[in-house]
Amino acid sequence: MTPSLPRRAARRLLSALLVVWGAATISFCVLHLIPGDPVDAVLGPLVGASPELRARVRAELGLDAPLWVQYLTALARLAALDLGWSYRLDRPVADVLADQLWPTVELAVAALVLAVLLAGTAALATAGRRGLPRAVISGAELVGAAVPSFWVGVVALTFLSFRWGLFPGPGAVGPHALVLPALTLAVPIAGVLAQVLRRELDDTLGQPFVTSVRARGVGRTGVLVRHALRHAAVPLLTLAGWVFAGLLSGTVLVETVFARPGLGRVLVSAVTARDIPVVNAVVVISAAAFVTVNLAVDALYRVVDPRLRASEAP
Amino acid sequence: MTDTGTDDDLLLSVDGLDITFGRGRRAVHAVRGVSLRLRRGECLAIVGESGSGKSATARALAGLAGPAATVAARAWRLLGRNAARFTERDWRAVRGRGIGLVLQDALVSLDPLRTVGAEVAEPLRVHRILPRDRRAAEVVRLLDEAGVPEPGERAAQHPHELSGGLRQRALIASALAARPAVLVADEPTTALDVVVQDQVLRLLGGLRSDGLGLLLISHDLAVVARIADRIAVMHDGRIVEEGPTARILDRPAHPRTRALLAAVPGPTTRGRRLSDRAPARTAGPTPAEAAAPPHPDGGAAVLACEGVTKVFARAGHPARTAVRDVSLRLAAGEALGVVGESGSGKSTLALLAMGLLPPDSGTVTLEGRPWSGLPERARRPRRSAVQLVQQDPLGSFDPRYPVGRVLDEALRAAGERDRSRRRARAAALLAQVGLDEGHLRRRPLELSGGQRQRVAIARALAPRPRVLVCDEPVSALDASVQAQIIDLLTRLRRELGLALLFISHDLGVVHHLCDRVVVMHGGAVVEEGPVERVWRAPAHPHTERLLAAVPALPPGSAAGERPGPARLPGAT
Repeated sequence: MTPSLPRRAARRLLSALLVVWGAATISFCVLHLIPGDPVDAVLGPLVGASPELRARVRAELGLDAPLWVQYLTALARLAALDLGWSYRLDRPVADVLADQLWPTVELAVAALVLAVLLAGTAALATAGRRGLPRAVISGAELVGAAVPSFWVGVVALTFLSFRWGLFPGPGAVGPHALVLPALTLAVPIAGVLAQVLRRELDDTLGQPFVTSVRARGVGRTGVLVRHALRHAAVPLLTLAGWVFAGLLSGTVLVETVFARPGLGRVLVSAVTARDIPVVNAVVVISAAAFVTVNLAVDALYRVVDPRLRASEAP
Repeated sequence: MTDTGTDDDLLLSVDGLDITFGRGRRAVHAVRGVSLRLRRGECLAIVGESGSGKSATARALAGLAGPAATVAARAWRLLGRNAARFTERDWRAVRGRGIGLVLQDALVSLDPLRTVGAEVAEPLRVHRILPRDRRAAEVVRLLDEAGVPEPGERAAQHPHELSGGLRQRALIASALAARPAVLVADEPTTALDVVVQDQVLRLLGGLRSDGLGLLLISHDLAVVARIADRIAVMHDGRIVEEGPTARILDRPAHPRTRALLAAVPGPTTRGRRLSDRAPARTAGPTPAEAAAPPHPDGGAAVLACEGVTKVFARAGHPARTAVRDVSLRLAAGEALGVVGESGSGKSTLALLAMGLLPPDSGTVTLEGRPWSGLPERARRPRRSAVQLVQQDPLGSFDPRYPVGRVLDEALRAAGERDRSRRRARAAALLAQVGLDEGHLRRRPLELSGGQRQRVAIARALAPRPRVLVCDEPVSALDASVQAQIIDLLTRLRRELGLALLFISHDLGVVHHLCDRVVVMHGGAVVEEGPVERVWRAPAHPHTERLLAAVPALPPGSAAGERPGPARLPGAT
C-alpha cells in the first residue's frame, strides 16, 4: 500500500491539472472564435475611437501578437496564478472575483445541505414502504424536480417575503437573506436526490444480507439507517458532488431573481461585454471546482465502501 | 397431537403451515400444510430440491417470509408462546434472541460495508445484552467459539477480506451472539468446498450439546446425514416423508427420498445413471453402455501443460503463486479430474488451459502444437478445439439474449455462415443436451439452473470442440439437477469422443465421471493417478483430507452398498 499511495495521489493531481488546462484552452479558443473586437469592450461605448488609439490598446493588451503567443502568455499567467486585468471594470480579475466567490460558496453549501436533508428525510420515510404516503411524497419530488428554479424563487419571494414578510426580499444581506435563495435552489435538487436515494435504498433492502440483519432483531429504521443508507451513499455522493460543483460555478437565475452577487452574474455580464480575462478566470475556477469536488468524492467513496480501498488499480 | 416428550423441551412446533406468494390468479402456493416439531438439543433437517419450499419455510419460521408472502398456520408455538399471533414488534424481540437464522453464501449475507465485528455485535446491541464497551471482547470470544482463527484481527476486517469458510463462521457467530434457543440454518455449507463444509457442519452439530435446537435446511442428503437426528423430505411444498435419520437412509418410503439418495455420487455409482428420470426427449443410455467409458486412445495428448507457473502480483501486496510448476496430459476422449479446495489454483489452471491467461513459465500445447506464448491472432482460429463451461451459467449469458441468439452467436463465431443451417444446428445442439426447440425463445432468467447449464454446454459444443474445460460446472446446482448434468456430460463424452478437463472441489463427482484425477494444493499438483487408485489408496495427506471430508451416506443405506473411501484412523 505505501508505495502506491503517493504515486496514486500524484497521478490524480496530474489529471486534475490536465482538466484545468483543457478548460483554459477551450475557453481561449471559443472566445477567439466569437466575432467582434475585444478592443470595443476595453474602450466601452466610445464609438469614435481613432485607429491609432485602437492600435495602442491592442498593443497594450498583447492582442497584436500571433495567436499562439497570446495562448502561451495566457497559460504562463495562469500558471503563476495571475488571473489578469478586467478590460471593462479596469480592476484585477482576482479582486473582481474575490467579491463574488464567498456569496457563491455560501449559497452553494446552504443549498446542498438543505437539499440533502430534504431528500434524506423523504427517502428514509418512504423507502421499503408502499401505499399512499409514498406515492404522494414521490409525486411531490417529481414536481419539485420538474419546476424551473427561477419560478420557485419567484413564488417563494411573492408569498414568504412580500406577502407574509417571513424572509427579506431581494438585495438583502446576512444569513437571513440566504434562506430563500438556498431553498429555491434546493427544491429541484432535493427532488432528484430523493428519487435516486429511495431507489438505492429499495435496492439495498432487497439484498440477502438485509434478511440476516433483520434475523438479528433489527427493526425497519435500524436496517435503513445503520445498513442501507451507507450502501445508498455511493450513488448519492456522485450525484451530490456533480450538483455541488455546478452550484459553485454560479447560479445566474437565482442570483438574478434575488439580486445576489455571485459568479453566475459576473460570468454572464463578462461574456456579453467580451471581457475575456474575466470569462477565462470564471471558466478556470469552475473547472477547478469540478476537479476538486471530484477528488473529494473519490476520497469519500473509499471511506464509505471498504472494498474500494483494497482493490487499487495497478 | 401425539407429543410424548415434555412440553418444556419443545422449542418450536408448527401445524399446517401454509405460505403463499402473491395474490389472486398469479399467487404461488409455495408451502402447503407443513407440520414440524423441534426439541431442545435436537437437529431436524429439511431436505428437498430447490423450489420445494424449504427455504420459504425456514424464513417464515423466523417471521421473515417477506412482504409478498401470506403465512398462515393452524397452530404455531415458538418457545412456549403463540407465534401465530406475533406482531412485528414481538418478532423483533424474538429474532436473534429466541430464534437465529443463518443464510447460505455469507458473501452476500453479511453487510459488505461494515466490519465483521460490527455484524457479529449487532444482536448484542439490538437486544441491549451488553454495553458498548464490553461488546468488543464478546465479539472476539464469539468468533473464537465459531472456530475463526485470530478473531481479534478478523473482527476488524470486512467480509470481502475473509475466505468463504471464515465468512460462514462469522455469520454463525453473529446468529449465536444473543444465545438463541433455536437456530435455523438455510443451506449453510452450499457455497463451501468439502473441507470447509466438514468443519462448519461439525461446528453446527456441536452446538446441540448446549441444548440448542437446530433446524438444518439442505438439498444434499449426504450433508445432513452426518448431524441430523431426524430428516423431513420436502417436495412441492409438502413434507412427503419424515423420520429418524437412520430409517430415512435405510428404508426410504417415498420415491422423492429414493431419488435424492440415488443422486449422491460416490464410490459405487461409477458407470450408472444418477438421475432417475431421463431428461425430456433424450433416450438415456443403458447402464451397460455407460459402464464402458471410451478408452483414452493413449496416443497424442490433445491438451498438455508442461511445468506451468502463474504468479499474480499486486501493487503493495506480496506476489501470490496461483499455479506452481504444474504438468498434466489430457489424452483424446479422456476425462481428467482436477480437485482441490477453493484457492488451490484450479480455476487459474482452467484459464491457462483455455489460453485466456499467459503462463509466467512453462508451456501449454493443444493438439501437439504450441498454445501458450502465441499472439491471440494466431490462437483464435484454433479456439474452437477447446471450449469452457463455467460454474455460474447465468453470469456467462447476456440476460437480454434468448437461447436461440446465444447459440446463433456461438455458431457464427464457429464459422457457420448460412443462417438456416445455423438454425438447424442450434435445434440439434439443444436436442443433444436434452432440451427442445421451445427453449430457443426463452431468456436465461426464464430457465432453471440446470437448464441454463445445459444451454451453456450446448454453446460450448457449437464449434465441435475436442476438449471441454469444465470449471465447477455442477457446484451451484441441486443434488438431483447435478446428477442430470453429470449424466449428460458422461453421455456427451461417449457420443462425441470429447476429452474433459473437469475441475471440481467434489471428489465424489470426479470419481463418478473421470478416469484420472489430479489433486491440487497451494497451486501445485500433490497427487496424480487413476481415480480408483486415488480413491482407494490416497498417497498424499491432503488427498486424505479431501476424501475424509466428502459427505457420504453411511454404508448400508438404501442407495446401495457404499464402502466409504479409505480413511486414516482419526482423519475424521
